[in-house]
Amino acid sequence: MVATTPLAEIDAHPSAGAALDIEQVSHAFDIDGTELPVLSDVSIAVEPGEFVALLGPSGCGKSTLLRLVAGLDKPKAGTLREDEARITRPHPSRVVVFQDPTLFPWRSVWDNVALGLEAQGILKSQRQRVDNALDLVGLASFRNVYPHQLSGGMAQRVALARALVNDPKILILDEPLGKLDSLTRITMQAELVSLWQRKGFTTLLVTHDAEEALVLANRVIVFSDRPARVKADIRVDRPYPRHRGDPYLGDLRRQILGLLGLDATW
Amino acid sequence: MSTYSLSDGLASGAPRASRAPVLATWLRESGVGVLASIAWIAFGVSCLWWEDVGDWSRTHSLGIAAFIIAAIALFGTVGADYLGSPGKALHKRAPWLVALGVFLTLWEVATAKFAWLPLPFFPPPQSIIEVYTDDLPKLLDSVFASVKLQLGGYLIGATLGFVTGVSIGWSRAVGYWAHPVLRFIGPLPATAWLPIAFFTFPSSWSASTFLIALATGFPVTVLTWSGVASVSNAYYDVARTLGARPSFLVLKVAIPAALPHVFVGLFMGLGSSFAVLVVAEMIGVKAGLGWYLQWAQGWAAYANMYAALIVMSLLCSGAITLLFSIRDRLLVWQKGTVKW
Ligand SMILES: Nc1ncnc2c1ncn2[C@@H]1O[C@H](COP(=O)(O)OP(=O)(O)OP(=O)(O)O)[C@@H](O)[C@H]1O
Ligand SMILES: [Mg+2]
Repeated sequence: MVATTPLAEIDAHPSAGAALDIEQVSHAFDIDGTELPVLSDVSIAVEPGEFVALLGPSGCGKSTLLRLVAGLDKPKAGTLREDEARITRPHPSRVVVFQDPTLFPWRSVWDNVALGLEAQGILKSQRQRVDNALDLVGLASFRNVYPHQLSGGMAQRVALARALVNDPKILILDEPLGKLDSLTRITMQAELVSLWQRKGFTTLLVTHDAEEALVLANRVIVFSDRPARVKADIRVDRPYPRHRGDPYLGDLRRQILGLLGLDATW
Repeated sequence: MSTYSLSDGLASGAPRASRAPVLATWLRESGVGVLASIAWIAFGVSCLWWEDVGDWSRTHSLGIAAFIIAAIALFGTVGADYLGSPGKALHKRAPWLVALGVFLTLWEVATAKFAWLPLPFFPPPQSIIEVYTDDLPKLLDSVFASVKLQLGGYLIGATLGFVTGVSIGWSRAVGYWAHPVLRFIGPLPATAWLPIAFFTFPSSWSASTFLIALATGFPVTVLTWSGVASVSNAYYDVARTLGARPSFLVLKVAIPAALPHVFVGLFMGLGSSFAVLVVAEMIGVKAGLGWYLQWAQGWAAYANMYAALIVMSLLCSGAITLLFSIRDRLLVWQKGTVKW
């Protein structure tokens, strides 16, 4: 289903990753006048080209942090920098794949994927990139279909293609594989790793799945309950492709689940 | 088309060429067509059999036309298999043809033949046909005038309403000034402005255009505004992270997302502008179908009034159909839309 060849083609515009500095960031929401602290003094320094997985309990503030990195919201305290430049607003060098696919229902699959190039006014000369991105997620034959005709997993793949087509320096993924069946999910994980290795973009991946984090990332950050604090910052020094049965990863997985409060069962 | 039902086969034990099922199938397939044909023959006969109680010149031609329609109905439905899509369309509408034939027969008998319904007020079908043939130029002039007035006013109102709605939905400053005005003036029926409009505008035509535009503009504005205001922030977030500028957010996110609401406003505006059109034509403008109705009433020409009403309803229905087909084309991405 998922083609492997177009990877080389999408490489036509190589972009190295950017460094990301999250410095003492705190954030809170106002809910009916009371303040709900969501992030508390989070500092993470991400090297260019690193693949960082963020793990944490549901509702702890992971998506909120990603919105700050994207520049969609401003933190209450602290700063975020991309390659030394302060992040104040969204920029296509940092592309987000949101937790919901949020495809535009009035646009066909192809037009959805073309969104970024169109918004930046470069679609006319770069139509090929849209086709390549669709090939990459295995949906080339669905190019003229409207989002309501897609399955949940297909919609999420379109959302992934819509992000990748922009050649981001930092790819921000909020549980992008959450709705996929386990088979497609494993294939997409492999695609993601090989894409990341070829293009070298910095990746920030939120996931609920410790195993996914360990198979994909070279650094796993575990957050505490809300308000999120960095509880552990774990290097995963293992070559790719990684194997799920790797005992080293198994140890790390037990350790992470312990940090998340699941040690009794494992 | 010609399939045997399961019960036919079971009843006869084995598939054999018996007469009854064939007849039954034929009746099921073509029965309605035959009925339609009979109904229209009845209409034709009712035209020609008795003498008219009044003096109408088209009775004879109407009877002949009824027979021709009866023949078309019969051959069209019986031979539907050979006629392709027109045959299928006819077959589908056959029950309506039956109903129409019966209705016309009753109408003919009740008016022209026995005058069961009081006469000048309930003219027979042939007198309405007479209007269409003998008073055609004046009727066409009226149609043309009405369409021109309606189209001009509607397009102006819809455009202004759309632009205003988008501006209010998008810009807080515009909303601050426009919202109270809209609340104060919008709910007023446009016809209430009629006396003032006819005084202040240089011509009755421009006054009516203004009123039609007003009647169209209010619902279009309000619904466009609510459409733009209800666009999910998630769409803007996606577009912004992909590098969209504000103009892109308005033109490529807010407007397409609001379009279903806009069309609701356009439909409502169409309905209320029809009402304004007719009233304006009856009161001030010396042309158009509203004026024709008024004029016919002055002469107690009831057949002309019915004739004009029929044309009017065809035009209004045609306008709605047109708007629906534009909507269906623009909103193909929506699922489960109402078919007109
Ligand atoms: N716009 C908002 N206004 C008010 N509160 C918000 C808003 N967005 C998020 N929150 C609150 O902030 C907290 C963190 O939300 P967030 O979406 O970041 O969680 P998450 O870690 O991504 O959870 P999940 O893994 O379930 O997606 C939640 O308690 C939520 O109620
Ligand atoms: Mg989340």
